[in-house]
Amino acid sequence: MSTTLLLIQTLNGLQFGIMLFLMAAGLTLVFGIMNLVNLAHGSLYMMGAYFAAAGASWSGNPLLGILLAVPATLLLGVLVELITLRSLYQRDHLDQVLCTFGLILFFNELARLLWGSAAIPMPIPEALRGFVTLFPGLIYPKWRLAIILVGLLVALLLYLLISHTRLGMLIRAGASNRPMVGALGVNISLLFTLVFGLGAALAGLAGAMVAPLLSVEPGMGDPILILTFVVIVIGGIGSIRGAFIAALLVGLIDTVGRAFLPALLRELFQTQSASTLGAALASMLIYILMAAVLFFRPRGLFPPKGQ
Amino acid sequence: MRLDLRTLLVLLLLAGLAMLPLAAALAGEPYWMRFWARVMILALAAVGLNLILGFGGLVSFGHAMYVAIGAYAVGILRFHGVEGGLPDLLLALVASGFLSLLIGAVCLRTSGIFFIMITLAFAQMSYFFFVSLENYGGDDGMRIASGTRLGPLHLQDSLTLYYTSFLLLCAALFLSWRLVRSRFGMVIRGARSNQQRMAALGFPTFRYRLTAYVISAVICALAGVLLANLTLYVSPAYTHWTRSGELLVMVILGGLGTLFGPLVGAVVLLLLEDVIAHFTQHWQLFLGPILILVVLFARGGLLGLLAPRGKAASSGGEPHG
Repeated sequence: MSTTLLLIQTLNGLQFGIMLFLMAAGLTLVFGIMNLVNLAHGSLYMMGAYFAAAGASWSGNPLLGILLAVPATLLLGVLVELITLRSLYQRDHLDQVLCTFGLILFFNELARLLWGSAAIPMPIPEALRGFVTLFPGLIYPKWRLAIILVGLLVALLLYLLISHTRLGMLIRAGASNRPMVGALGVNISLLFTLVFGLGAALAGLAGAMVAPLLSVEPGMGDPILILTFVVIVIGGIGSIRGAFIAALLVGLIDTVGRAFLPALLRELFQTQSASTLGAALASMLIYILMAAVLFFRPRGLFPPKGQ
Repeated sequence: MRLDLRTLLVLLLLAGLAMLPLAAALAGEPYWMRFWARVMILALAAVGLNLILGFGGLVSFGHAMYVAIGAYAVGILRFHGVEGGLPDLLLALVASGFLSLLIGAVCLRTSGIFFIMITLAFAQMSYFFFVSLENYGGDDGMRIASGTRLGPLHLQDSLTLYYTSFLLLCAALFLSWRLVRSRFGMVIRGARSNQQRMAALGFPTFRYRLTAYVISAVICALAGVLLANLTLYVSPAYTHWTRSGELLVMVILGGLGTLFGPLVGAVVLLLLEDVIAHFTQHWQLFLGPILILVVLFARGGLLGLLAPRGKAASSGGEPHG
């Protein structure tokens, strides 16, 4: 197991973690502020990927496709919020689960209807194809590096938005004491729509950027949804900072674990079944992490203050 | 049991289910039996889930795991050439009972949304565990050579399986009726409304909840044994989170915390799937919005719609926090 391989896998883990952060930031805000369990967040990610792929094949320019996908997903998110989710904020978590489960079914089938069951291709923007030499001996795909950089930039912008603007102040206030913000005369329903749209746009961005790496197909949002929930639960619901740290943690542990655990166990026990056991264990790692975090800190690592 | 419109309808439904094989034979539609057997098996699992979800207010997003354990018990025993029904049942019940005792003890330390997530986490772990069982088919799952044989009863026979499922479903409904009205059930329901107060009254709510969790898991494992007999196939997909989600949907759709809600939910959900699938292959495009409409306009589920005014089915509100 060489150092280069370890470095590359660490970078891959970082890229995966950044992508998870884009998903988790929106979900944790929606959850923390509006107290809404949104299972359809993965569907917005899927729609983002589809919008990007469709935009890319329509305009012939993948970059334009990605740039179009973000406002398109934002618009879709706002529509979904206005039509269905708006009346669910005061309701039980279970009603929200049922309703957003219905949304998942709807969007998966809509994608199948519009674009077919087979995966559709999404090219990498031309300027970012190929590899870049980070330092001698370590080459890395440009596109993955671009995802890391864009993700970090978005994280920085989010940080500025949340801690240094009036809107961010309202969002933070909403996360720690929702009724109070309403009582102070803030238009809560407008704030909710904005936050939901923001979360949807981030999910769309995540979907659009990973679309060239994965296959764009119906149901692609479902596995990522579960991981995103794991991230926000580990990070503490409603905390962007917690989501960032937990996303990187989950991304790194999952990627590095999958890459090295099977080989490690095979070295140790010298049997083929050890390797498959290692693969299973690697897939379980993040869930074990989550169970452990919840066992010792039942409200996550960084629960927002005042709740 | 008061005989209102709801109860009457459900009793009619049960009577219909009892007569169905006759109708299927007369109409020459053996498919009906398979379909309704599947409905009843999933309804059985939903009745199990309802014990903790509806009455206990504990939202488990991982109960498909116990269904899968029941199904794998049959598959694994048959793979090793062990025939006979008793080992099937014994392995399914002991494995699910033991596991649910351990997992429940960990999960019940949390509450609210965290309980949802931690049960989901365990179900995901079991998913990857089953995927790693390469001897037993790994990712693809495995076929099961023969069904469960209980004395003269051979569950591979569709009529036997049908009536076994029917009787077990009735038994589970009866059990949950008795249980919910017992002292045990009062404690569980009391802890849903206000756990601190129940604890202050001196009830060890944790132990009560854990017991309810184990009972509900074992019922699901039983449904898994039946499901394995119906499909003669088992795969990790049985414990996929969407399966757990489907069980949740059945309970909520029918009416949370009502005795017959899970049965009604299972019947309506699977029937909708089947009927819409006749007209279009894109049935989910219609099923999704129907679910949304039910949530928005039928509070307390479908049975809640039929409830007399002012007595709507109690929704299992969980304390948030």
